[in-house]
Amino acid sequence: MDELVLGEHRFTSRLVVGTGKYKDFPTMKAALEASGAQMVTVAVRRLDLQARGESSLLHWIPKEMVLLPNTAGCFTADDAVRTCRLARELQLGGENPLVKLEVLSDQKTLLPDVEETIKAAKQLVAEGFRVLPYTSDDPVAARKLEDAGCAAVMPLGAPIGSGLGLRNPYSLQMILDQAKIPVIVDAGVGTASDCALCMELGVAGVLVNTAISGAKDPVAMARAMKLATEAGRLAWLAGRIPRKLYGSASSPLAGVIGGA
Amino acid sequence: MRATVNGEPLELPEGLTVAALLRHLGVRAERVAVERNGEVVKQARHGEQKLAPGDVLEIVTFVGGG
Repeated sequence: MDELVLGEHRFTSRLVVGTGKYKDFPTMKAALEASGAQMVTVAVRRLDLQARGESSLLHWIPKEMVLLPNTAGCFTADDAVRTCRLARELQLGGENPLVKLEVLSDQKTLLPDVEETIKAAKQLVAEGFRVLPYTSDDPVAARKLEDAGCAAVMPLGAPIGSGLGLRNPYSLQMILDQAKIPVIVDAGVGTASDCALCMELGVAGVLVNTAISGAKDPVAMARAMKLATEAGRLAWLAGRIPRKLYGSASSPLAGVIGGA
Repeated sequence: MRATVNGEPLELPEGLTVAALLRHLGVRAERVAVERNGEVVKQARHGEQKLAPGDVLEIVTFVGGG
């Protein structure tokens, strides 16, 4: 069985999806189901004390899906660690909860602050979390996060929500060459072919939010991402042919009519 | 008693526990996590942990995110 293993969890789907920016919960639920994903990201935010009886996000996430709380919006290691502790409490204190560690550097680029990310990762690993850090596509940063004890490393394909796709496949290949933990591309996916391309390079998974929730038809796009992720994985396992500059005939050259 | 809840200064009755605070604010406790002065208050302790003047509290929940 071809599985993605993260901490104590085993997944047959290699697509991880977000729950942000949907126009309504029913659309989100339909998209989550269409994606075939087995893990979804959620954010931790202050409860709106004025809003009473609001519909809870968790009611709209299929029960069998594993939650991956994120630290989105945190700009310091301290805030990210506090957010993870609150996320653990929100899940009623699971033993070794998965968390998506995200420490950002600035509002405009939303690029990761790698220094703070590594600092937070060390602390969270020491507290028993299974840490999945969002990071830049820098092989050195990826190695340091692996050394810190992270359960996976999640380099960006492009800035969060940009939809620019995989901007630096060569960096990603270096990360893949050295990593002994799963590499999941997080951020930058714009459309289904981006997922396929990442998977064809041998990544363990892709994490997609905006490209699905922001599509004209999020449910159809969720299915497209599922199929592309599966197709890309299969192509990776199948082993692609080497690239060659010149042509190489598929049909026999001998026996063509009218020959000598 | 003054305390800060989710960044807002609030006037609260004296001697509230965390559980009483959540009731006071009309919050259902099973869907939230509470941090008091930077430390998580586990749900099992909501009924015994008393608030003090000047406390800084964060009450959070899961929302959609990527």
